[in-house]
Amino acid sequence: MSTIEERVKKIIVEQLGVKEEEVKPEASFENDLGADSLDIVELVMALEEEFETEIPDEEAEKIRTVEAAIDYVKNHAND
Amino acid sequence: MTDLMNLNGQVALVTGASRGIGKAIAQQLVARGVKVIGTATTENGAAAISDYLGEHGEGLALNVTDETSIASVLKHIDDTYGQLDILVNNAGITRDNLLMRMKDDEWDSVMDTNLKSVYRLCKGVMRGMMKRRNGRIINISSVVGTTGNPGQTNYCAAKAGLAGFTKSLAQEIASRGITVNCVAPGFIDTDMTKALTDDQKQAIFSNIPAARLGQPDEIAAAVVFLASPGAAYITGETIHVNGGMAMI
Repeated sequence: MSTIEERVKKIIVEQLGVKEEEVKPEASFENDLGADSLDIVELVMALEEEFETEIPDEEAEKIRTVEAAIDYVKNHAND
Repeated sequence: MTDLMNLNGQVALVTGASRGIGKAIAQQLVARGVKVIGTATTENGAAAISDYLGEHGEGLALNVTDETSIASVLKHIDDTYGQLDILVNNAGITRDNLLMRMKDDEWDSVMDTNLKSVYRLCKGVMRGMMKRRNGRIINISSVVGTTGNPGQTNYCAAKAGLAGFTKSLAQEIASRGITVNCVAPGFIDTDMTKALTDDQKQAIFSNIPAARLGQPDEIAAAVVFLASPGAAYITGETIHVNGGMAMI
């Protein structure tokens, strides 16, 4: 079983079509990984599915970096 | 050569499919090899749809103003067919009255059934279409949404609202291979226009260069075109099908 970190990174790679080495913890989806607002919505949806959780809008708004995504899942996922 | 009108094997949801324009749309899609789920407000209506669709789909009861009802129909489609390629928002009602006489419930029910329903259904199908990077949403509006019509402030406002909704959503999701368009019928030979008085009809005919009512199949043909692969580059658009009564 892969770690939460690996699973989140895999989703980011798939959703944003970026290389694995670009997915650094501090990388911003918008500024570093070229995501637009719809990409981020899709990314959040994919995280919700992978981790069987629902991410409220006000929380989703804060998920703007790789690290923020990993932290959110670590704190909330029904894993 | 790729057949740009090929819809074989696709799955479509058509609301308000028990009669009139919705029925014609369902039948034209079936003729192109599409599995069609047609909805009606009553179980009887749903059974009638199942009857004419036969093995090419099924009729379901759906209340487009009820989120739970929508969720259960979409879940059924997902469980049974595993995909939804085409959504045709056709269900609609009229509650005509001059504004001075209009009741709140006449305004609200038309807004809810004709406009908010489209918001609900589009939202419901969005995730699947986004994931598959493919989808066609076709909203049936009306010529009067553009021209206005006395006695129909509620209906015209809802139909004009559809145009703005369509353009906005089209911009949001064009990059995901999903198109959103309207087909705007003029006066079509259905139960809805049968309710018009002879005087109303006479006045309308004098404004239609084609000098006749349109047939439901002539609306369905435009819907089939927008659903087809050949229309992939058309989005946020309204196709007017009205015998020339309004050239917009």
